[in-house]
Amino acid sequence: MRSRTIHSVFHNLYLIEEYAAQGSGADLKRIITALAMMGLWLLMSGIYEPMLVGYGVVSVLLVSWVMARMDRVDGDLLHWHIKPFAFFKYQAWLMGEIAKANWVVTRNILSPNLHLRQHMFAVPVTAESDIAQVMFANSITLTPGTITIETEPGRFTEPGRFLVHALDYTDADPASIAEMDRRVVACETARAGEGAA
Amino acid sequence: MNILSILNEALSWILILSGAFFVLIGAIGTVRFPDFWSRLHAASVSDSAGIILLFLGMAMQAGFSLIAVKLAIIGAFLFITGPTATHATANAALVSGLRPKEAEGLTAAEPSHKSKNSKKDPHKIKGVKP
Repeated sequence: MRSRTIHSVFHNLYLIEEYAAQGSGADLKRIITALAMMGLWLLMSGIYEPMLVGYGVVSVLLVSWVMARMDRVDGDLLHWHIKPFAFFKYQAWLMGEIAKANWVVTRNILSPNLHLRQHMFAVPVTAESDIAQVMFANSITLTPGTITIETEPGRFTEPGRFLVHALDYTDADPASIAEMDRRVVACETARAGEGAA
Repeated sequence: MNILSILNEALSWILILSGAFFVLIGAIGTVRFPDFWSRLHAASVSDSAGIILLFLGMAMQAGFSLIAVKLAIIGAFLFITGPTATHATANAALVSGLRPKEAEGLTAAEPSHKSKNSKKDPHKIKGVKP
């Protein structure tokens, strides 16, 4: 039993070595990630005693090891195909939309008779990269009054469409969500679809 | 106590109180709304407006310090995890067969013919072979 555990530890170490040998770019990325995590630890902890910083070092090493193992399984990387400046511009716009939608739903909640016009409808998605699609879906959910229910094409939606549920549906809703989609696409870098596939 | 710190104090308390107000509104809505789907919407009021205002207020109380950075990081995480959790809840309800009640004159967009014939598992994780 014990020898098998030792064996599997060595096997995992071997897998890490093998992965790291694939390119020095992966190595560099891993070191940067570890440094960033260590920086986050130091920032969050604020206590710089040897024991607590030591815990941080051990945690960072453990997480780096787990991440290396996970990369061996799927290599599912996050591709950031977003223009930074446009992203912050979008966030500012989204804040305005959230404020407006919040006010509408708040008035609805406080009104003596609730005005509900629930509707489930599909909205077209033109954003290509995964990150932009997540941004779009989360933005819809963040604005009160609309929730993204389904994003994966399959039983409920066709490809290129999200299923959205509205609390108080008006005929203007599809247009305003299309406007949001247009703004998300404006944040995407050109040819974003290549890396996301 | 100079005028700036009084202003800061007043503004941060306005933000914190209005954040608390929206959290309360979310709770009231969760009780008042009639079914699962509408209650999700009520909860997202406290998720968005409540959280943003409370965190802004708390950051103003903290001033330019490590605590403000921590608040910003927690806020950013909540901004991503909140809607994701709401989406996961709604999606789980949809998959397990709970359908929203459609308002009069509206029909749901769900392509019902597909639900019987489709053999593809919509929740298979990409790239992982079973």
